[in-house]
Amino acid sequence: MDLAATRHTHHETVSRGPMRWLTTTNHKDIGTLYLWFSLLMFLIAGSLALLIRAELFQPGLQFLQPAFFNQLTTMHGLLMIFGAIMPAFVGFANWQVPLMIGAPDMAFPRLNNWSFWLLPAAACLMLSSFFVPGGAAAAGWTMYPPLYIQGGIAYDMTILAIHLMGLSSILGAINIITTILNLRTPGMTLMKMPIFVWTWLITAYLLVAVMPVLASVVTMLLTDRHFGTHFFDAAGGGDPVMFQHLFWFFGHPEVYIMILPAFGIVSTILPTFARKPLFGYVSMVYAVASIAILSFLVWAHHMFTTGLPAGGQIFFMYSTMLIAIPTGVKVFNWVATLWRGANSFETPMLFALAMVCLFTIGGFSGLVLAIVPIDVQLQDTYYVVAHFHYVLFAGAAMSILGGVYYWLPKWTGHMYDERLGQIHFWLTAIAFNVTFFPMHFLGLVGMPRRIPDYAPQFADFNMLASIGAFVLGASQLLFLYTVIKCIRGGAPAGDKPWEGATTLEWTLSSPPPYHSFTTPPVLTTDTPHGLA
Amino acid sequence: MSRGMPFVAVAIVLAPGGALAELGFNLPPPATGIAREIYDLHTLVLWICVGIFAVVFLPMFYTLWRHRKAKGHVAASFRDNTRLEVLWTIVPALILVGMAWPATNLILAMKNVGDSDLTIKVTGRQWQWEYEYLDDGLRLVSTLATPRREIDGGNPRSAHYLLEVDRPLVVPTNRKVRLVVTATDVIHSWWIPAFGIKQDAIPGFIKEAWFRVEAPGTYRGQCVELCGIGHAFMPIVVEALPPEKFAAWKNEQMTATKNATAAAQTAANATLSLTELTTRGEQVYNANCAACHQPTGLGIPGAFPALDGSAIVTGPVAAHLDRIFNGKPGTAMTAFGKLKLLSDLDIAAVVTFERNSWHNHVTAPDNLVQPAEVAALPR
Amino acid sequence: MDSPSPYYQPPPSRWPIIGSVALLAFASGFVLFLAKSDAGAYLMVAGGLLLFLMLSGWFGTVIRESLAGKLAGQVDKSFRWGMVWFIFSEVMFFAGFFGALFYARNIAVPGLAEAQLLWPGYAGGWPTAGPGSKEAFTPVAAWGIPAVNTLILLSSGATVTWAHWGLQNGRRWQIVLGLLLTILLGATFLGLQAHEYLATAFSIRSGIYGATFFMLTGFHGAHVTLGAIMLCVILGRVLAGHFTATSHFAFEAASWYWHFVDVVWLLLFVFVYWL
Repeated sequence: MDLAATRHTHHETVSRGPMRWLTTTNHKDIGTLYLWFSLLMFLIAGSLALLIRAELFQPGLQFLQPAFFNQLTTMHGLLMIFGAIMPAFVGFANWQVPLMIGAPDMAFPRLNNWSFWLLPAAACLMLSSFFVPGGAAAAGWTMYPPLYIQGGIAYDMTILAIHLMGLSSILGAINIITTILNLRTPGMTLMKMPIFVWTWLITAYLLVAVMPVLASVVTMLLTDRHFGTHFFDAAGGGDPVMFQHLFWFFGHPEVYIMILPAFGIVSTILPTFARKPLFGYVSMVYAVASIAILSFLVWAHHMFTTGLPAGGQIFFMYSTMLIAIPTGVKVFNWVATLWRGANSFETPMLFALAMVCLFTIGGFSGLVLAIVPIDVQLQDTYYVVAHFHYVLFAGAAMSILGGVYYWLPKWTGHMYDERLGQIHFWLTAIAFNVTFFPMHFLGLVGMPRRIPDYAPQFADFNMLASIGAFVLGASQLLFLYTVIKCIRGGAPAGDKPWEGATTLEWTLSSPPPYHSFTTPPVLTTDTPHGLA
Repeated sequence: MSRGMPFVAVAIVLAPGGALAELGFNLPPPATGIAREIYDLHTLVLWICVGIFAVVFLPMFYTLWRHRKAKGHVAASFRDNTRLEVLWTIVPALILVGMAWPATNLILAMKNVGDSDLTIKVTGRQWQWEYEYLDDGLRLVSTLATPRREIDGGNPRSAHYLLEVDRPLVVPTNRKVRLVVTATDVIHSWWIPAFGIKQDAIPGFIKEAWFRVEAPGTYRGQCVELCGIGHAFMPIVVEALPPEKFAAWKNEQMTATKNATAAAQTAANATLSLTELTTRGEQVYNANCAACHQPTGLGIPGAFPALDGSAIVTGPVAAHLDRIFNGKPGTAMTAFGKLKLLSDLDIAAVVTFERNSWHNHVTAPDNLVQPAEVAALPR
Repeated sequence: MDSPSPYYQPPPSRWPIIGSVALLAFASGFVLFLAKSDAGAYLMVAGGLLLFLMLSGWFGTVIRESLAGKLAGQVDKSFRWGMVWFIFSEVMFFAGFFGALFYARNIAVPGLAEAQLLWPGYAGGWPTAGPGSKEAFTPVAAWGIPAVNTLILLSSGATVTWAHWGLQNGRRWQIVLGLLLTILLGATFLGLQAHEYLATAFSIRSGIYGATFFMLTGFHGAHVTLGAIMLCVILGRVLAGHFTATSHFAFEAASWYWHFVDVVWLLLFVFVYWL
């Protein structure tokens, strides 16, 4: 992304070359860094998934041994969550939050840069862990002890990488909270902020609250591994299930960290292409806030088969079902936004629409899993794999893809190739469903998760899923091509290529000046700020 | 979209769950009352979800098609409707209560382990299950029976590929069987889909569950919590017999155990030749050790040590015996002797085998271990 | 175009990437150390030194910017928000360990005592080194040194507040004395804790009691050390005349941190030592 070659209105010159990217304090540069890092990790982690699906194409062990297979499933999860999804949303936050609130930059621009550059350090540790004796961590992304205690040096590298990524997230979240609370242009009250900014404010609170808990629990893993502690060892008075409680206290808010910004992106795209205001802005804000608060009260729904007392199972079942209510409100509001709009179907809109439909399917399978007796049959089966891929790929990743198409014209000044975008969308949406819908059935008929080989009655759906996966993977290369092509050139986007867009960034040039809103924009009721 | 498509879709959606189950789309046919209730609850929840999906997305697709910019439609401008929003908050809440009520009752039923007819202790370990009938101490260890060469390709798959064991768990029909579940090393999980029972096996803790099978038959399940490289290879097979047949089986097993113990005692005092020990030792090795240490004895570097050229295997016998008998705490190396997984004879055999295999050629007399030496180890 | 703005945009900075390299070196060194490689310790030291360099460089830059008046108004408010949320994240870090303590005492240990089939004769209770251990030990008594330490830290909270009043009222001797007393009290606390550590009959390996005790008190001690270092830096800045009666955010940040460390100690005293 070569902003130096474009207009900038300050007397300071923007340097070119690696030093610029290493030392930048500019939210646009840092957003770009996060987005490229995320795309790279997405392709790497996706390739690991393709290796998994290649082995699972047929019963029997054809290419991989179980030890390496377990490394693949573990690292696919860790790299996608911490390397692809989270950094992508932070990239959006960096680019868009200051622009949408009329701020010149983030509250702590240098800290912002450090938050980014901690991630490649963590990625170094994670990726090189494949090459140490024993191979990469292979106990699942959830790292349950005692299995996690048995592993080799890669397991420690992963713990340290998690510490680095946690630090990055916590500092980034502090930055975002402070920016949103303190740097809004005068007149932009909280209830006049664009909905995307709200989702990031709440996500940042979740990050600041739960990433430290992850840090404490992986530290306990580390000391159990090397310093003789007995946190998770029954003989010493500890309990492996205690890890699960602490981990999922982080883990459940974590999945909302990965979906709330997606809600924000979709809530921005749909009104744009429906040419209608977002329906029920106030209830959308309250819904996101209630989802966030409730997310602290549901963690043990990941643990229904660990032997919780009945009272515990009942409490967590109720709290989990309760989250369906505000989530449902959001879906209804999106449909109401579209209702009697003047709808058009550019690529961002297609991704947003697919997200709404497919995320809802993921939500329903989540509701099925919330019901304890049903969960007893489905926990740790492919039904769960189907559920979280619907909410994380169709939910989070498709919003990211849609958001990239939506804002690429603003970031680069060029329109992306609409035809290629549409092809990418249809390939992705269809291949996604071919890959993951059969997994609901696999879970129902009894296929466990995290197995490299399976009984023949699971063979047909596995073959189908593997075919879908390869098409899905290949389609993302088309995305890479389309993005690069757009950066290098395309039809001039102009300030506002989307006639229905209403937020502040569309009042700036495309691309915006390197330092924008150095003077806070004056907000009148006529100025678009997301509420038109 | 052709006009016939909606009808096809509806037909697919309304196809009987039972038929779908046979096609491999749904939970398996229930073999217990609890499994049946779970099946029905799932059907209820599924149809509610399908219904809500239709109610929400049919209007969405309708408006996307009907109110298009390309057709010149002008957007409406409404941005809220309080009555509607209250309605679509309250109605889903009521639907959820409707689902939660039967679910709560079922949870309480599933947790009620009282008044059981027999209790079986289930122990998971890497990578097999052990069962102990607590009333009379009958123990059996259940290991995957599918041969390795089938898994690694080449041979045709057996009828119950990956779901067959050498010794199944045997239970009576129509009796409440209480399970006390634990593990010795890492977390495993015991699951029979047809029974509707899944219980994590937590090392050092006891977790309880129960089932009551209605019809005689063979029921299969798998370990369902990632437990290392053998996770996919530790199935569960339950044979349900009518109570009289179960009693008969039990007696037969108790007698066989008594005889086996006696035989082991005799063998323990016997002196075997090198060939006898290494032949038996190779069988023991392939069944118990090769999964980690590999048939080649080369192990997996960084994960499982090589035995070929190992200092412990070629060094003093005492250390070698100790490693196999007592295991190595904190690793996957199980205490094969202390946990009574291998008899004295088998341990003597496998030690002898390892000391004389691959590139290991330990000089006599340290290349041969008799069962009596193993019997002398502190228990 | 160039209208004055209350916001300060820092120029490009090399400190962040230096910090990342430092932490990567430290982490890699630690990994090598755990793998029993000699190079590990050296790499950790190198990473640590580089991190120290980065912190002093970065904070130095910020101090210079502050003295040049670039960080007033809106930026000052940002710093306040930032410090508050940073301390909140530290609270949540401790919450994880307190959660472990709560779970172990109320759920894990009673669960083990119930599993008589596996642990015949184990009665549970607290403290315990677990059913697999024959270790018998006495826990650290609350009303000995820990109680003294509580008084010490509470007093240090008072002295730092007193120092703050001195700053607000322009009494230089009060600030200096107050800070010195706070630092001395903090150092005394750490000294007493070190003495206690050496005197305990149990170690971090003594089951779940040892694990929770040393992790909680250990991380607390580390935070006290950090807080004391911060106060020393502030004392240095006071002596150099950096603060005024109305502009002294760094002092406030350090004192907030110190109060947080004090509150965590109170929780430790109640839940680790006393109950």
